[in-house]
Amino acid sequence: MEAIGIVLIKLAFVLVFVLSFGGILTWVERKQSAIMQDRIGANRASILGLRVIGLFHPLADAIKMFLKESFRPANAEKFIFTLAPAISVFFALVGFAVIPFGDKLVLGDTVVNLQLAPLNVGILYLFAVAGMAVYGVVLGAWASRNNYALLGGLRAAAQMISYEIALGVTIFGSIMVYQTVDLQEIVRWQGAYFWGWLPAWGVILQPLGFLLFLTVGIAETKRVPFDPPEGESEIIGYFLEYSGMGFGMYFLTDFIETVMIAAITVTLFFGGWQVPYLAPDGFHFPWGSELLCAQWVVALLQVLGFTLKIMFFLWLQMAIRWTLPRFRYDQVMRLGWKYILPISLANIVLTGAAILLIK
Amino acid sequence: MTTNLFPILRDKFGDQLHAAFTHLGDQVIVVDKRILHSLCRFLRSESKPKFELLVDLTCVDYLDRQPRFEMVYLLHAMKTGDRLRIKAPVDFRDPQVTTVSDLWKIADWYEREVWDMFGVRFKGHNDLRRLLMYDEFRGHPLRKDYPLEKRQPLVTTQTTNNAQISPSTETANRALEEHVSSANGLKVKHMFLNMGPSHPAMHGVVKIVLELDGEKVVGSDLEIGYLHRAFEKHSENIAYNGVFPYTDRLNYVSPLINNVGYALTVEKLLDLEVPERTKFIRMIMSEISRISDHLTCIGALAMELGAMTPFLYFMQARESMYQLIEEVTGARVTISYVRVGGVKADFPRGFEGRVREQLKKVRHELKQVHKLLTRNRIFVDRVQNVGAISKKDALSFSFTGPMLRACGVAYDIRKVFPYSNYDQVEFEVPVGKNGDVFDRYLVRMEEIEQSCRIIEQAFEKLPAGAVMVDFQGKEIPADKMADIGKFGQTAGLLPQVAVTDPTLLGGSFPEHKHVRSASKLVSLPAKEKTYGSIEGLMNHFMMIMEGYGIRPPRGETYFSVEGANGELGFYVVSDGSDRPFRVRCRPPCFAFVAGFSEMIRGAQVADIVPTFGSINMIAGELDR
Repeated sequence: MEAIGIVLIKLAFVLVFVLSFGGILTWVERKQSAIMQDRIGANRASILGLRVIGLFHPLADAIKMFLKESFRPANAEKFIFTLAPAISVFFALVGFAVIPFGDKLVLGDTVVNLQLAPLNVGILYLFAVAGMAVYGVVLGAWASRNNYALLGGLRAAAQMISYEIALGVTIFGSIMVYQTVDLQEIVRWQGAYFWGWLPAWGVILQPLGFLLFLTVGIAETKRVPFDPPEGESEIIGYFLEYSGMGFGMYFLTDFIETVMIAAITVTLFFGGWQVPYLAPDGFHFPWGSELLCAQWVVALLQVLGFTLKIMFFLWLQMAIRWTLPRFRYDQVMRLGWKYILPISLANIVLTGAAILLIK
Repeated sequence: MTTNLFPILRDKFGDQLHAAFTHLGDQVIVVDKRILHSLCRFLRSESKPKFELLVDLTCVDYLDRQPRFEMVYLLHAMKTGDRLRIKAPVDFRDPQVTTVSDLWKIADWYEREVWDMFGVRFKGHNDLRRLLMYDEFRGHPLRKDYPLEKRQPLVTTQTTNNAQISPSTETANRALEEHVSSANGLKVKHMFLNMGPSHPAMHGVVKIVLELDGEKVVGSDLEIGYLHRAFEKHSENIAYNGVFPYTDRLNYVSPLINNVGYALTVEKLLDLEVPERTKFIRMIMSEISRISDHLTCIGALAMELGAMTPFLYFMQARESMYQLIEEVTGARVTISYVRVGGVKADFPRGFEGRVREQLKKVRHELKQVHKLLTRNRIFVDRVQNVGAISKKDALSFSFTGPMLRACGVAYDIRKVFPYSNYDQVEFEVPVGKNGDVFDRYLVRMEEIEQSCRIIEQAFEKLPAGAVMVDFQGKEIPADKMADIGKFGQTAGLLPQVAVTDPTLLGGSFPEHKHVRSASKLVSLPAKEKTYGSIEGLMNHFMMIMEGYGIRPPRGETYFSVEGANGELGFYVVSDGSDRPFRVRCRPPCFAFVAGFSEMIRGAQVADIVPTFGSINMIAGELDR
């Protein structure tokens, strides 16, 4: 057991990490879409005349959200209406507890495991948490007592539950390869090398699994092209009646989930915190040269590597979001049940056969 | 091309066919109102050629005449291109005619509008509610005895009578009843949903009352009229040239085409030819407008499907079109550029080069959007077989323009009745096959390209002539000249050249005589003539003073141009005064909105959005 102080520091780190990523993502979304669309993008928020390419906008957004009136329709279920956004954001946040940010940090006598909760059933925990997220959406939609919100809630429930199943099945292949469900163990497993130079990342062993997982993951975040539950030009979405911070929380949930999907993808398929050729005592390149460094530098590099990989996947998700139009509700369901699920099942069979053959 | 129908009709209907004549090139028959239905049925399905399209149905109120009202039906035969106008006088004491809504589906809405505006009832019409005005409105505003400045409260405390149940109540009641579902025999209650008027896809001006079974649309009812500004009433109370600013606001995405359409109608009344150069200028400006209209429509369609990027690409292309329009007319939307007998000002110098440059940009964006959408699986899935309408229904709803062409009917006013100089340029009329949203999208995309072609050819043929007047004297600004003229210092003014600057980028050369008709009846004299000679001043005076402006001879005519959305027609009645007696505008998207319920029946809620985007409803022309 680690000291309570260390746990608290880790907790603070993870929260700050995730929330600032979520906040900055709103800026990234604006700027990246602006670049893609030949626009300038948000650049007006300034502090003392300082604009820093619009980086203050997340801050301005937050202030705006907090100061706006949180309006509640007269007929809404008071308690659930107020609670629902919190449920949503809570389950989006707690998933990060099992994500390993790095291997170990040795500070004198104490060894800090760079993972908030070293759970040996990490993946199962993630699924459980992701499965709960649907409650925030459905309850909020239902409690609003609005037909549009209700439609959004129905779509969200159907879509999220369907893709939940696909999400689980897509990862079975990886679990069969890694022989563990502990995320830290999975990342360590990926530290090996094929033929001495190719990092044994999950994507090489499970390319199909990776593609499927990314697709399903984006569907779980309910963002374009998988955003019929929001469908801003059709039914406005399950959060139709929310304003102020209630809306803000739903809004933030989307971004946190985007970070979450990026983090899980990196952990399962791109070696997590593994930096190629970085051993606990420094770099050992396949061509024989070495670059040794202190343990804390290694830990820092691992966290940095993990962050960079996450950023890449955030970029990718944004690019997809601003390129494609939206699916229709029944098309999402068809894609999920008729294509992704059978292909994921086939992936399991293929993986099993491959493992059998190799052994 | 035109068939003489008169003998056949005389044989068949005898005395009840009061008159048959050709007026300003239009075939007109005047009939007894009692035979309207049988006549229409004959023309619709038995006569040769068959008149499949009820282009327009309207009414004129001749207050001092007996009988007072006159119903006007305009029919079109697709095969031969024949047009026939049927007029039927209706007495004030019994304002009732038989409905033709069983022959043409569009007549349903046309007749509702006539009932709303003139108070003429239609026997056999089973849904005679108000269309443009709200239910509590009293009176019929387009009647000549309805006071122009009368104000009515928007909502009264009095309940509406039973004959005028608002659509929302009716559909709501139906939705709240229990139904036995056809799918599984379970008892279901349908959900009832107001889509609009404040809904992102309804553009803030239309309300669709939906009856839903889960996500499936069981029934729907449209409420329009939120943007009704009494265009037709206003036009009756203003001089002929004064109508132009109102036409800008009809289809505000392509206002130049409205300008041109109205101008051509009045010119037809006056039997007036405009200079060649003007014809090409009007064509070029119309096509630029058409491009911007199509760009907006497709862009909005993509945006409402969640694809923001194509929308912004197209907005950029549209911006370049607007810049061109701004350069010529001085405004971007409310341009009021065309005049009866000409246009306001000539192209600025170097305009052709800039247009060619911008067309390159448009083509580039077209290519990009083709890449982003045309073979995009998600986009195609969203629009293919969505909102489809059969060719037969489309004709019955008098669809025109890209919507009809998407159904496979190559009907384009620019080809059927070439106006301006459309017969001198080469272009193709793209047609679709299935009449679904995807075909409409493809037709519009191709039409942008065709419009670019037309513009390029028009520039090649644009008569250059002596655009610039080679003049020795010095130029002075028009306002300075007016000041001098007012003090009577007219000596030496006539050989001066007034520099008017009607556009932002130099339309400041005295060349308007090349873009205006020489007829003194319609064109203001040049400023130097007004202030330099008594003839000019008199001419100016006669044009400007109340009661002396443009006065077309007694008569009426219908003229249509190919608007961006389809056939944009104007029916202008002149009583010989300087104000139109009646201006009727046939808005192309009226038919699409009337047929919308049919298009979305059985579809999903999510399909409403692309379907509505594809009909390109422009509330300005829909509600007038």
